[in-house]
Order: sequence, then structure tokens, then C-alpha cells
Amino acid sequence: MAAEREPPPLGDAKPTDFEELEDGEDLFTSTVSTLESSPSSPEPASLPAEDVSTNSNGPRPAEVVLDDDREDLFAEATEEVSLDSPEREPILSSEPSPAVTPVTPTTLIAPRIESKSMSAPVIFDRSREEIEEEANGDVFDIEIGVSDPEKVGDGMNAYMAYRVTTKTSLSMFSKSEFSVKRRFSDFLGLHSKLASKYLHVGYIVPPAPEKSIVGMTKVKVGKEDSSSTEFVEKRRAALERYLQRTVKHPTLLQDPDLRQFLESSELPRAVNTQALSGAGILRMVNKAADAVNKMTIKMNESDAWFEEKQQQFENLDQQLRKLHASVEALVCHRKELSANTAAFAKSAAMLGNSEDHTALSRALSQLAEVEEKIDQLHQEQAFADFYMFSELLSDYIRLIAAVKGVFDHRMKCWQKWEDAQITLLKKREIEAKMMVANKPDKIQQAKNEIREWEAKVQQGERDFEQISKTIRKEVGRFEKERVKDFKTVIIKYLESLVQTQQQLIKYWEAFLPEAKAIA
Amino acid sequence: MEGRQEAGKESKPSSVSVDLQGDSSLQVEISDAVSERDKVKFTVQTKSCLPHFAQTEFSVVRQHEEFIWLHDAYVENEEYAGLIIPPAPPRPDFEASREKLQKLGEGDSSITREEFAKMKQELEAEYLAIFKKTVAMHEVFLQRLAAHPTLRRDHNFFVFLEYGQDLSVRGKNRKELLGGFLRNIVKSADEALITSMSGLKEVDDFFEHERTFLLEYHSRIRDACLRADRVMHSHKCLADDYIPISAALNSLGTQEVNQLKTSFLKLAELFERLRKLEGRVASDEDLKLSDMLRYYMRDSQAAKDLLYRRLRALADYENANKALDKARTRNREVRTAESHQQLCCQRFESLSDSAKQELMDFKSRRVSSFRKNLIELAELELKHAKASTLLLRNTLVALKGEP
Repeated sequence: MAAEREPPPLGDAKPTDFEELEDGEDLFTSTVSTLESSPSSPEPASLPAEDVSTNSNGPRPAEVVLDDDREDLFAEATEEVSLDSPEREPILSSEPSPAVTPVTPTTLIAPRIESKSMSAPVIFDRSREEIEEEANGDVFDIEIGVSDPEKVGDGMNAYMAYRVTTKTSLSMFSKSEFSVKRRFSDFLGLHSKLASKYLHVGYIVPPAPEKSIVGMTKVKVGKEDSSSTEFVEKRRAALERYLQRTVKHPTLLQDPDLRQFLESSELPRAVNTQALSGAGILRMVNKAADAVNKMTIKMNESDAWFEEKQQQFENLDQQLRKLHASVEALVCHRKELSANTAAFAKSAAMLGNSEDHTALSRALSQLAEVEEKIDQLHQEQAFADFYMFSELLSDYIRLIAAVKGVFDHRMKCWQKWEDAQITLLKKREIEAKMMVANKPDKIQQAKNEIREWEAKVQQGERDFEQISKTIRKEVGRFEKERVKDFKTVIIKYLESLVQTQQQLIKYWEAFLPEAKAIA
Repeated sequence: MEGRQEAGKESKPSSVSVDLQGDSSLQVEISDAVSERDKVKFTVQTKSCLPHFAQTEFSVVRQHEEFIWLHDAYVENEEYAGLIIPPAPPRPDFEASREKLQKLGEGDSSITREEFAKMKQELEAEYLAIFKKTVAMHEVFLQRLAAHPTLRRDHNFFVFLEYGQDLSVRGKNRKELLGGFLRNIVKSADEALITSMSGLKEVDDFFEHERTFLLEYHSRIRDACLRADRVMHSHKCLADDYIPISAALNSLGTQEVNQLKTSFLKLAELFERLRKLEGRVASDEDLKLSDMLRYYMRDSQAAKDLLYRRLRALADYENANKALDKARTRNREVRTAESHQQLCCQRFESLSDSAKQELMDFKSRRVSSFRKNLIELAELELKHAKASTLLLRNTLVALKGEP
């Protein structure tokens, strides 16, 4: 989502934006210089070729049941998702993927890799204003896939390695298509780095997927059952969504750590991500301290916008949690329905075998077959329920936690500024006292300190204004993203429901003549 | 909780087809039913031109226990040993439904008023469905009796239909229940004994086949019935899940300030409608599949009972033969032995004849009932799937059409 946070195309960007950021400074100037040195691309994200087939992202969730009808459905879907201008179609094909994970794992892997090649970057001649005006900001041509989970090692030291494939025409990357192997802790390490750099200045850094000791242990121990494959698939999909969200963030995309994560074949192991490590414990302590601080900071909110937004996000959080819990129940019951349908199918077959009236016997066997197919259908729908609906909700619940974190950082920033002002006041008092007491050297010292703290107050104010500004932009971007995400997923989910119903119609229509044939 | 069953056949779910043979000389139906605290009162209405009855049209009020009394009277009557006695209707059981309503009433403060109203509506519909089913089961029982040329002439049946007062048939007390239970055990033990008796050969291929067939069929249909019940139950749970989902989407929609507002609200409405459709799918599966399987499970048990009685008669016949031989060798009481053997032979043969007819009727009844219900099931599933598709497509169009 670019929009307001436009990646500076050329030198006439506003470098001042970048300089104000404390840590990010070097980062951005280096990026700007890279851009300046590559004349071929007016934008850092060159727009992809129009040959990007719109269908490639769409059908994946549906590839489980291939049918000619489907093409129409999905052509519609991508078309609609492309919102306004027709020019956008090619770009947007990379959009549907983020929040949506295909229904069946196996079919996912193959098509993903072989999809559109972005190796021919055709540059759209767009002015910067056009980019700024883009309500959608799909300026970034980069596609990430996480696939091929592979178990490495044995016993408790084993881990899963995932292949991270990047396809891009962005010039900041040395190649247009490349892949690396990463393990879960690498992802956590990436997030940790990004969070430490950007969170406290107001950027909403997408959270990494959660750890799961139980899930991972089962995998390590080598249980080859369906629950551990499900766990791995769930994780793989979550990691993919995580990366996709991260690269969609225009600022984060520029980060060298992210680039290193995507590109370099060797990555130093992120040990600090272990739950029980020293860093882990420190994190927990900090979190607790933060919670306490939050309660004691009483900020004079001069800007009603922030208060309003915070309340909004709080409400949203509550509602999403409720919805998520209900959807989880739905998934569970659908799985139960599937199992019960399978059991019934078997007993119907047995009954058919016993039945001595030939036509009825045949009809009962057909019924058994229909029920078996319906069981499959229920299973697939349960997958869709989960991967599309449920996971979207849980992703957003965690994202909103990140948003809340950013608001908290703003409060802390304010606190710092406030404290600086108080200290400045104290220093001025000291100066006044020293003047009265007539101690020249102490006066000088006091004056020095006053200057120091005046600077700090100024800095504090600037920081506060900067973080407020950044948050405003970020929230705007986040909300736009959220609307798009939800709409896309809702449509995809409904289409999966339609698919199920259509299949049901097919099966029952085939069965009806069999039932009528009972003589 | 009170429930009233309206008169008129249309409102009753005819879950099993009964071969009424188009005979209108005796028509029986349950024209009304009232559910009180722990019992159901059925109004049994009879229309008949038979000379037996004092009037051509009359009705009485009967309770479940009286139906059971009637059923047992038939079973215990030697005259009907060669017939399949229509299975007794199951006891009306509102326990589960009542419990759920109570739990809902006790309240979970986290649900909204709309959710509560919907859940209450669901449970009330469930209660009503159970009520309708029990009425249908009791009615089918009587109608089968009325349609059967032999059974309809039973004196107890007339009493049941006509006698205005309470039949003073109390429910079985524990001793009687235990007695019934023991009787069943004795019966199966007896059956096992008879079949293992050496020298007892099944002379008729037809019955040999029927026996093996019914044994297997009965156990498999029982299995199928149980599992169909579970499927129906899962479907119901699924439909109920849509209630909190719809409510949560509604809340989300009302709170949103952006374009998602209409999306969420439309989605909430969609799930509410889908819920109703899923609920109908569940209840149709219940009626057309579960109930039918359950009925034929009971009917096949009744057929098995018939076979047992015939086997018993065959054993008696064999024993009488042996006794006659013994009497002849000893040359004592030959006459009595002869006449006894004659009697047993006659009884066995008449039983066999009527049993054969009954079993063939059973088969044709079963086939036509399955056919009817499976066709209706498929048609209803199609109807609901098409309705769901339409609903989903409309919502999709609406959602995609928005900016």
C-alpha cells in the first residue's frame, strides 16, 4: 500500500522525510541513492508487464475441483478486485494472494512457482502525481511464496525449513527471481529486527506468526499424522501471508534486513527469538513494564483523531475476536459433519449390499457414493472456512495488536517530550537560583544544561509530531489495506460456498434418476 | 410447554408411506394432539361405515400407554402369530429439547438479544418438529392396523377406537418393564436353541433366505439409522453456528465507518438466511432418511419376530412328530398324539402361508417407501442447494458491485 507514503521515485523526492527518522536515516539515503543511480526505473517499483495473467492467483483456492464454470467466476473476481482504472489489472493480480491461502496445500505448491514471470519489466510512464493519487497504491511489483516445508535434522534439534521464493522486477534486488531456505526462527528474527527499527517511530510492522511449542514438538518427534501435516501447512500459509504483508509496506520493503532475508543464501541464526533465551525473558519483562506504564501515562490528547481511532480499534478488536471464536466453532462442526457423513456413507453401502431388491440395492449403493463425495466436499469447505475466513480474522487480531502498540509508542514519545519540558523547567529554576546566589561557574553550567534541555524539548516535540504524522499515514494505509483484504477474502470465501453448493446440485441431480429407477 | 397439532393431513410429515389399499371402510387419523407437561394427548378420529360401530364418525382421546397396550395385545394374541405386527410408536420424548430450552433460559449474558431470540426460535421449531413426528408415528401405527384385513377386525382395536373412557392402562411399572426385558432375553435364547436343534431343518428355501436376509438387514439398517442421526445432528450444529457469526458480523458492520460497513451487514444477512436453509436441510434429512430408516428398523424387527414365531411353531410341530412316533412305538395315547400333531401341523402351515404373504408385503412396502423417500430427499436437497446458490450469488453480485 503506497499511497501517501510514496517511495521517492527520483532525486526530487523529499529527503527531509527520511532525515527526521533517527535510525532509518542511513537506510533511506542509501536507498535513494540506489534509485538515483538506476535511471532505467523511474519508480522503485516498476509496474509489471501487462502479460501478467489475471487468472493465476485466482483459481488456486478452487483448483481442487476443476470445472469450466470456474474460469468465469474468477475472471470476475480479479476484475472486480481491480477497482477503478483498467490499467491496474496487471498489477492487482498480485493482490489477491496476501490474505488468501489456497484450499489444498498440494495444489498450491505447483502452480505458485510456475506462475507469471515478471522478468520483463515494462515501465509505465507515470508521473509521480499519478502514483500519489493512487488510492490503491499497488505500485510494488513483488511476489513472495513460501513453500516446500522440509524437515531438517532429527529429534529435538530438528526444524522445518521453508523455501521462500521471490519474484520481482524491482531493481533493488539483484535478480528477478530467486529463492532461499529459511526456518521459522529466521522469520521471527526478521520481525524482531523490523520491529525494533520501525515500531517506535509509528510504523505498523506486521506481526510474525505465533510460536507453538506443542505443534512443533509433534513435528520434531516425527509424528507423520494428519495433525502435524496440518500444523505445518497452517504455519507455511501464515508465514507466506506474513511476508506478503511485510513487503507490501513501502517503507519496510526498503529495509536492508528484509532484503537480506529474501536474498542471501546464508542468514545468521536469530537466537534471540527463543522463548526461554535471555532476550526472550527480557522481552517479557519489558512487556510487563510497558503494561504498567500505559496505565500511569495520562496524556493530554490534543488531537481527537487519535482518541477516536484508538477507540475504533479497540471495538474492532473485540468484535473480531468474537467472530473468530464463532468461526472456529463452525470449522469444528463442519469437520464433524464430514466425519459423520463418511460413516453414514459406509453404513449405507453395507445396507445396499444386504438389500435383496436389486434396484433398491443399487440405489442405496449410489446413495452411499453420493454421501462419500459430499463428505469430501465438507472437508474442502472446512479448509476454506479455516484458511480463508478464520485465519484472516486471527491475522487481523494480531495486526490490530500491532496498531495498538504503535499508539502506545506515541504516548511514550509524548511522555518523553513532557518529561523533557519538566526537566527544562527545573534547569531554569536552578539557573535562577544560581543567579541569586551569584555563583558564576554554576551559572554557566546551568546555562549549558538549559541549552541541552531546550534542544531535547525541541527534539521531543519534533519526534512527537513526526510519530503522530507517521501514525496518521500508517493508519490510513492500514485501513485501506484492511478494506481490500476483507473484501477480497469475503468474496473468495463466498465463492467457495457457491462451489460447494454447485457440487451438491451435481451430485443430487445424478442420484435422482437412480432413486426414480427403483421399481 | 403447549403444542397443538392442527387437524388436516397436509401439516403432518408423512415420513413413511403406508399401503392403505384404498379401502375407505375404516379410516383412522389423529386429528388433534396436545402436549402437556409430561404427556401427549392424541385425539383419534375414526370414520367408518362398518356395522360394528355405533356411529359413523367418532373420536376419543388416547395417550401413549394406551397405544402400547394395544400393540402388546396384538403381539400376545396367538391368532396373529402369522402376521407382522406393526411396530409400536416410540414414546414421545421431549426431554432433550426441554433441557436445551431450560439451559437457554438460564442464560449466557454474552449473547445479544437478537441471538437469544433466534436460538429460542430454533429450539421452539425443534420442539414442534419432535411433536409433529410423534403424532405421525402414532398415526401410522393405527393406519396400518386399519388397513390390514385381519388386524382391523380385532376387538381390542375397536375398543381402542371407540371406548369413550380412559382405558385404565397405566404405564408399565418397573416389574413389568423388567418382565418385558426378561421375556426378550428368553425369546432370543429360545430362538438360539431352536435353530441349533438338530433335526430342525428349514424346509422352505424362501424362509431360509428371509431369515439370513433379515438378520443382516436389521443390524445394518440399525447402524445406518444411528449414523444418519449423527449426520443430522452435525448439520443442526452447523446451522446453529451461523447465529453467533451473523450477530458478530452485524456488530462489526454497525461499527464500521468505511466501505466494509455494507459488506459486513450484507454478510450478516446472508448467514442468517443460510442458517435457515441449513436448518431445513437438516430437518429434511431427518424426516426422509433417519425417520425412514428408523421405521424400517422397527418393521424389520417385527418381521424377525414373525419368523421366530414360525420357527417356534415348526419346533412344536417337530416335537409333536417325535411324540407321535414315540406314542406309536409304545402304542399309548396314539390318538391324542395324532390330534396334537395334526394341530401343530395345521398351525405351522397356516402360519407359514400367512408369513410368506406378510414378508412379501413387507418387501414391497419397504421398496416403495424407500423409493418415495429417497426421491423426496434428493428433490429437497436439490431445492435447498439451488436456493443457497441463488442467495450466495446475489450477495456476491451486491458485494462486487460496491466501490
